[in-house]
Amino acid sequence: MKFSLTWLKDHLHTEASLQEITDALNAIGLEVEGVEDPAERLAGFTVAHVLTADKHPDADKLQVLTVDTGEGDPLQVVCGAPNARAGMKGVLGLPGAVVPANGMELRKSAIRGVESNGMMCSVSELELGDDHDGIIELPDDAPIGHSFAKYHGSSPIIDVAITPNRPDCMGVYGIARDLAAAGLGTLKPIAFPKFEAAGSCPVEIRTDDTEGCPAFYGRVIKGVKNGPSPDWLGQRLQSAGQKPISLLVDLTNYLMLAFGRPSHVYDLAKLEDAVVARRAKAGEEVLALNEKTYTLDDSMTVIADDAKVLGIGGVIGGDGTGVQDDTTDVLLEIAYFDPAQCGVTGRRLGLATDARTRFERGVDPEFLADGLDLLTGLIVELAGGEASETIGAGAPPSEAKVVSFDTAMTAKLGGVEVAEEEQRRILESLDFEVGADWQVTCPLRRHDIEGPADLVEEVVRIHGLDKVESVALPRMDGVARPTATSQQLLERKVRRAAAGSGLDEAVTWSFLPTDAAEHFAPEGEQLWVLDNPISEDMKAMRPSLIPGLLFAAKRNADHGASTTRLFELGRRYFRGKDGMSDERPTLGVVLAGEKTGRGWASGKATHFDAYDAKATAIALLAAAGAPADRLMVMEPVAEGTGTQFHPGQSATLRLGPKKVLARFGMLHPATLKAFDVDGPVAAIELYLDAIPAKKASKGPVSFARPSFTPPALQAVTRDFAFLVPDELAAEDLLKAVRGSDKANITAAYVFDVFTGEGVPEGKKSIAIEVTLQPQEKSFKDKELKAIADTVVAAAGKVGAELRG
Amino acid sequence: MTELSSQKQSTLEAIAAATTLDALEEQRVGALGKKGWVSLALKTLGQMSPDERKEAAPAIQAVRGEVADALEAKKAELESAALEAQLANETIDLTLPGPDMKSGSVHPVSQVMDELAEIFADLGFAVATGPEIEDDWHNFTALNMDESHPARAMHDTFYFPDAAPDGGQMLLRTHTSPVQIRSMKEQGAPIRLIAPGRVYRSDSDATHTPMFHQVEGLVVDRDIHLGHLKWTLETFFKAFFEREDIVLRLRPSYFPFTEPSVEVDVGYSNEGNRRVVGGHGDDEGHDWMELGGSGMVNRRVLEMAGVDPDEFQGFAFGLGIDRIAMLKYGMNDLRAFFDGDPRWLSHYGFSPYDQPTLSAGVGARP
Repeated sequence: MKFSLTWLKDHLHTEASLQEITDALNAIGLEVEGVEDPAERLAGFTVAHVLTADKHPDADKLQVLTVDTGEGDPLQVVCGAPNARAGMKGVLGLPGAVVPANGMELRKSAIRGVESNGMMCSVSELELGDDHDGIIELPDDAPIGHSFAKYHGSSPIIDVAITPNRPDCMGVYGIARDLAAAGLGTLKPIAFPKFEAAGSCPVEIRTDDTEGCPAFYGRVIKGVKNGPSPDWLGQRLQSAGQKPISLLVDLTNYLMLAFGRPSHVYDLAKLEDAVVARRAKAGEEVLALNEKTYTLDDSMTVIADDAKVLGIGGVIGGDGTGVQDDTTDVLLEIAYFDPAQCGVTGRRLGLATDARTRFERGVDPEFLADGLDLLTGLIVELAGGEASETIGAGAPPSEAKVVSFDTAMTAKLGGVEVAEEEQRRILESLDFEVGADWQVTCPLRRHDIEGPADLVEEVVRIHGLDKVESVALPRMDGVARPTATSQQLLERKVRRAAAGSGLDEAVTWSFLPTDAAEHFAPEGEQLWVLDNPISEDMKAMRPSLIPGLLFAAKRNADHGASTTRLFELGRRYFRGKDGMSDERPTLGVVLAGEKTGRGWASGKATHFDAYDAKATAIALLAAAGAPADRLMVMEPVAEGTGTQFHPGQSATLRLGPKKVLARFGMLHPATLKAFDVDGPVAAIELYLDAIPAKKASKGPVSFARPSFTPPALQAVTRDFAFLVPDELAAEDLLKAVRGSDKANITAAYVFDVFTGEGVPEGKKSIAIEVTLQPQEKSFKDKELKAIADTVVAAAGKVGAELRG
Repeated sequence: MTELSSQKQSTLEAIAAATTLDALEEQRVGALGKKGWVSLALKTLGQMSPDERKEAAPAIQAVRGEVADALEAKKAELESAALEAQLANETIDLTLPGPDMKSGSVHPVSQVMDELAEIFADLGFAVATGPEIEDDWHNFTALNMDESHPARAMHDTFYFPDAAPDGGQMLLRTHTSPVQIRSMKEQGAPIRLIAPGRVYRSDSDATHTPMFHQVEGLVVDRDIHLGHLKWTLETFFKAFFEREDIVLRLRPSYFPFTEPSVEVDVGYSNEGNRRVVGGHGDDEGHDWMELGGSGMVNRRVLEMAGVDPDEFQGFAFGLGIDRIAMLKYGMNDLRAFFDGDPRWLSHYGFSPYDQPTLSAGVGARP
């Protein structure tokens, strides 16, 4: 909230400088968000006297003025305002001054051939109002040559952020009270203008909803004269960023901004019979002051007369019963609305108002009658009229909270020693009543105080948080112990392995456009879709890391990148059995564009293929600690409705039929089309949560590895070429070969796959190199022959025949 | 013997004059071949008397040795010259590039999370995690923000239409604080943890993104007070920025889950267009910058997390990871964090070998 220094000083007697005040505000928890000094913006604008005004020789609508600035010779100024005339006083902007409204610096210039030494200014040019009707006219007693800023009474404006626990500081007076407690001066008592209350209130007031509106006070004033507000009032409202409207409306705003007390003024002529606080009827409608119609439900409290709803309690007034310029008789309303209910009403209606902000945080229950008297006094003083007696219905909460306080808590929780007497002084200066036995009675306006910790906060913030000294946390002896969990270690390793293999780590949004998310949703999976997304592009929680990376690949290609090799380590979001989420740590990789660019050595650019994806997937799984040697290449996972991967060039890596650790391969052309990406694109997803955790051993970690000595004897290799059926997977043949003599065969790999001349139709040739490792003594020819026969026999079982 | 001597002379000359391996071979055959003059001379030894042989044999053998050595030396010379000539032909242009070795990178957010883990491990903090799709109870109610709490409005929450098992609404966590609740419920007290992770607010402008990263800190034990909080944050920032002149300013504030609540500012100065932390914020050329919120854990929060507030008390804090990453490593656009642009990543990302360690300094050296 904003207020001028002048306004603050209405309530706080202080010698402190602006800097001292803003420092203190920060120190006590009223965060200063900014200080603006309008005088700085009005530098170079002076009160000036127009001596003569003559027609411009070459322009019908311009005048040539001579203007006395109180210094030296009068200046010649060209002016286009119709109200400029000899004898008036106005505001002259001198060369060098900057016009607040448009940032233009004034210069000596010639306008249609006539020299002009400045500009006579309007209200709007100085951003003091919206009036466009000519230049400012100052009263005759305005001192010529005086700084206009000073004359205008401009005062620095302080912008303070009030936390939701401090509704008592949502008025300038409350801020002054806090500053006084912090030693910045003394709080001035509230000045109540005197008035005579005569006769009972002619309007009946009731509260039929004592839950939503426990107290409703009112009073009629007859014979008021509405009109513009006096300068002091207008200036204060303007410093708060509010536009003056009319005296009666401005005074209710003043009561709210100065004392945190919302109120309402009705035009009595527009009311019919009793004014009642009651529950709204379900479906009841009201046209509010903001010219919007709201449909209410029966959890909401309204103020209504016999015919209509006058306003939504604690939130907003209705249209049509407010005061106008010609209003003469008014009903004032000051009520207490239940904070929680007011908040719920405001949220349901999506309506944020200054009144709601205060009511839902809790206004001062002790400032109803006083608030009403203050408002009445100000109206009678400034707008005249005769006030009736107060009429009241119900009563605001009156039971003060009492907290048993142990002053040692301040040191125990706050970490700072504050003398008991100082603690008492601080609490009392904030209107807490401190008993001799430290039973502390809280002022009713302090809805935020719940217990001793809150009192510690009051003491410490006023005493000064800067007085809290740093104290080291107790430390375990010796070197710090490891803290990372096995999942954290796994993620660290796989992340750095991925980066080490030439991939850049990306962080992409957790949410996707719904169609992109659905495209990658597993079969039958119901996505998490936001109710209130910030945009349609950020709506559904991702079921896969590939779409986000694909979008990045597209963006990169769009700005000319020839290759995108990205990975991301993050979560996929699914539904758990219990209605909560099931968030699975996942590593996604997208390899798009060129694998190698055109080069002098290799010629054409090459693209990523499914084997690149496979190699990367296996390397990263190994880095993550998965048993890479036991991985099985199996069919792709079921993909739901969206085709994701190329059906013939993608697969899964599994440990057993149901334990899928990763999928990899080329993306389906339909996917690339849907994402508008040029292919081919390879992609990988590692399911990090599926990687079996290493068994944690009890007791100290054993770092020792199984004992191992490299064999002394040299391994021998033998090549075999087999003719196999076309559809036989190479892995099946390898598995048969490796399994044929586990004692001697330590490795077998394919070094050639061939179809064509010399290979019959429906067959292919697969050549395998087998590594044989002798253990105790070298193989004899006879033994090698026997092993070879076993290999051939085993291969035969999967339909392979040795090529002649 | 003179014949032998002159034969040797002429052969050695011929060897010396040979320019090809073929010419050399011709000399070898002529001298040492089956019918070569040395071989023939050796054969004459058989017909000699022992005395004659005794005299002649060493001389012939010496000639044979000389010729053989000369042949060998010349052969090596010719071969070496041939190799030189061949290598001279094999010269390539080494200003042409070799194959591209792609280097990847670690994202700044991950790097900084690893740094956090490393520093806080030294202070005895473990790293905890929790779900990002949370229920209302863990994100708000358990943190002392019941349904009507005005502070909820400050959270710009993303909601799901789904109900949690307890009937509350499902939402995207607005802060990492729910991890406090989950961790205390699981482990009880005493506890020391940090919880880094993604958080979400429906807010988007030049300096806010709807998703960002936060780290929560929580210490609950006996006799923990605001002074410990201040020390912990000071100690962390000194280690993180690796400078001793870090000055923190604590300001009273309000968070429903802490009491007292404290906002943490750090002093900084502007160097060029860059904010550099360090120094007292009130000093000439310096100012204060807000880094995060903190405070003593509200006793209601301890109660809701199943910790006895009469026995235990502690502090909690929350810091923006993206923000401290930007301050440390000099990025100026938060939105670029989430673009996946390799140009940005290779500039601001980190080598996989920059694993933060205390001995090397947790910060990645340029």
